[in-house]
Amino acid sequence: MEMGERMIRAQLLQAAAEDANPLVPNPWEILASAVGFAALLFVVVKFIAPAFEKAYQDRRQAIEGGLHEAEKAQAEAEALKAEYEKNLSEARAEASRLREEARAEGAEIVAEHKEKAAAEAARITEQAQQHIAAERASAAHSLQAEVGTLATQLASRIVGEALEDDTRSQRVVDRFLADLDADQSAQAGQTGAAQ
Amino acid sequence: MQSLALMATNEGGFTPPTISETHLPEIFPWMAEWGTGFGKNMLMAILSVIIIYLFFMWAIRKRSLVPSRLQWAAEAGYGFVRNTIAKDILGEKHFAKWVPFLFAIFFFVLVNNLFGAIPFLQMPTFSHAGPAYLMAAIVYFTWIGVGVQKYGPRYFKLAVVPAGVPKAVLPLLIPLEIISNFIVRPVTHSLRLMAVMLAGHMIVMLAGSGAEFLIGQQESLLMNATGVLVLIGFIALYFLELLMMVLQAFVFALLTAIYLQGAIEADAH
Repeated sequence: MEMGERMIRAQLLQAAAEDANPLVPNPWEILASAVGFAALLFVVVKFIAPAFEKAYQDRRQAIEGGLHEAEKAQAEAEALKAEYEKNLSEARAEASRLREEARAEGAEIVAEHKEKAAAEAARITEQAQQHIAAERASAAHSLQAEVGTLATQLASRIVGEALEDDTRSQRVVDRFLADLDADQSAQAGQTGAAQ
Repeated sequence: MQSLALMATNEGGFTPPTISETHLPEIFPWMAEWGTGFGKNMLMAILSVIIIYLFFMWAIRKRSLVPSRLQWAAEAGYGFVRNTIAKDILGEKHFAKWVPFLFAIFFFVLVNNLFGAIPFLQMPTFSHAGPAYLMAAIVYFTWIGVGVQKYGPRYFKLAVVPAGVPKAVLPLLIPLEIISNFIVRPVTHSLRLMAVMLAGHMIVMLAGSGAEFLIGQQESLLMNATGVLVLIGFIALYFLELLMMVLQAFVFALLTAIYLQGAIEADAH
């Protein structure tokens, strides 16, 4: 085991001493690496780093912008909602006011109609009474004339032709009717008082 | 590894791979001496740049706000460097302008390390000293430059004279600070990366050549079976290596950020 290790080490050392010292650089390699690294640094500074930084910034802005937009949209939505609620409550108030008004108006109309109807009824009643009174007066009037005639005829039949003279018989009848009237009004006065 | 070596030496026929085999034949000039030509490592360093560029530019091409999986992965990689390395170490105030630098360092080291785990490439670029020295040197001169730019020559005093220490200890502390900050720092920064990557690569080579020797060149069935065991054991080491590759890239970038932070806020400590 040890021998092998020692031999390997010896051989490595020998090899290193003879033909290859790993610490001695090859100038070509230094040159190639220098050119390569310079080229790399150039493209990184010029293209790669700006591209990645830009992608990073764009994403950052997009996210921040998105958040900002969302906040704005939310604020707008809240404002709209508040406005709608305000409008809605106003509309409700308006509606209830209109309802109240309508109710009041309705009541007014009903009252007015009732009044009118009552007035109309009173008017009709009055007219009817007048009419009745007129009818009654005319009936009484025509009765007066007719009762006179009939009574005269009746009386003439009873007493004979003696009472043919018109003026006289008219006088008798008038007196009779006047008596009758007075009688009736006395009777009516008595009934009115009784009532 | 020890049992493998034991068996190999007992048979007397096994030659372990050497450091020079971490170099493939050079492309230009062809078959040049060790460490003198243009080879695979250099192509890989340049390939890594193309891979990083294409991957990140392709992933981010749409810059969509809701990222695709690929874009998400790329953004996670970028965000890791930006937030975990740059922002946490350098602080909110200074980090932004250093993100591209740290990003380039982290992914350059990471992709080049991961080449060691990809079949056929199978070679971490930073297992060779050259690129590791270069990267450490770039970082070294960058943070010193930042310090000098910000504080002038006074920066060196700030960097080596610790505040709030009794005067009597200073003769002892100042040389230590000089050694630790200006000499040991870049050396450890580069060698840590190089040594870990080289060791990982050596394990791959050792397991490969050991398994090849045991399975391919031995008659005994027992030896062949041991070769299979070596391969199975190597799987665990492969994942360990994968972890080390990522970890080393992270450590390298993290140390870069820490050195920069020390230079930017030299007057704070």
